[in-house]
Parts: sequence; structure tokens; C-alpha cells
Amino acid sequence: MMTGALIAMMIVMLMLIIRACLGPTLYDRILAINTFGTVTVLTLAILGFFMGRPDFLDIALLYALINFIGTIAVLKIYRFGNLGGQDGPIEDSNDNPVHSQPSHSNNKGG
Amino acid sequence: MAQDYLSIALIFSGSVLCLIGAFGIIKMPDFITRVHASSLIDSLGAVLILSGLAVYSGITFVTIKLMIILALLFVTGPTAIHALVNTAMHDDINHIQAKDQKDSSSNI
Repeated sequence: MMTGALIAMMIVMLMLIIRACLGPTLYDRILAINTFGTVTVLTLAILGFFMGRPDFLDIALLYALINFIGTIAVLKIYRFGNLGGQDGPIEDSNDNPVHSQPSHSNNKGG
Repeated sequence: MAQDYLSIALIFSGSVLCLIGAFGIIKMPDFITRVHASSLIDSLGAVLILSGLAVYSGITFVTIKLMIILALLFVTGPTAIHALVNTAMHDDINHIQAKDQKDSSSNI
């Protein structure tokens, strides 16, 4: 049972790596990496029971925390430009000259 | 015995759901539909597999750890996906709408 679940998780991780490599936009890659982190947590939990050492659940818990923080950090640094937040957001105001400029939104991915 | 059968059923269902979600992430045509496919893994696949492991382990301290991981994934997964789609819609709204209209017009 645990072996079959581990093989299924490996197939899922392989498919997510394929999507992360050939995703057309940046957001497809971030989505694939975020889901990859969730599947990694599941794989660590199953691997602990497979090897007879459920202490691996601590590592799985830590990986879940780091995965969430990492995804939010990448999204914030892509949208706001920094992590401190002194410059403020660059959206939601019609008279903001930054928003009306032709931004970098056409040449992402690649 | 019933505990083993229940854990086998839960882990098998979770694995199948994760495989379906990964296949959807590979084969779906657009970013929003890929988010839809990944929510299968993030919500129900993780919940089923961790519940199956909790049933498999019995009532021990390991079960509490599994429930903590399950609660954490159940809260942080949709939050991360919400932030991702919110950023995508703010950044790329014209591109996504144009692509959707083009796809729908080509289908009709």
C-alpha cells in the first residue's frame, strides 16, 4: 500500500516538474512549484510510514511551513518589487502613472 | 482489519486524486483551468492521504502530528492559491481575458 502510494507520488512529482519546466507564464511555474511542495509533504509523510520511522512527520510539517512562506515571498517580490513594503502597491488607482505605463507584463515567461 | 481496509481505501483514493490532478495540470489549456486542476491535489488529495495515514497509525502521538499537518495544509494551500491568482489577475488581466475570448470564440 505504501509502495503504491509512493510510486503514485513520484509520478505526480514528475508531471509537476514537466509543467514547471514548460509552463508558458511565470504563474504556471509558481503553481507547479507550490503543488510540488504539497506533494513533497505527502511524500515525506508516506515515506515515514514506509520506512517505519514516523518521525519524518516533523520534517513534513517544517516543509509545509517553508513552502507556504516561499510561495508568498515569491509572489510579493514579483508584485511589489520588494519584501519590506515601503514603496507600496502599484495597482488599484486610476491616476497612478506607474500603472498606465507599458509595464513588463508582456514579456514574462520564456 | 476494518482499520486496515479503511486506510487502504483512503490512501488509494488520495493517490488516484493526486494522479488526476497532476494529469489535469499537464493537459489543461489555460492558467485558470490549471489552478482548478491543482486544487484537486491541494484540498482533497492531501486530506484523503493524511486521513488514511492517521487511520493506519491508530491513536498515538503521530495522529496529532498528522492532524496538525492536515490543518496547516488545509489553511495555507487555498491562501497561497488565492494570492497567486490575485497577482495573476492584477498583472495579466488583459492577456487572460483576450485568451479566454479567443478560445471561446474558436470553440463556438
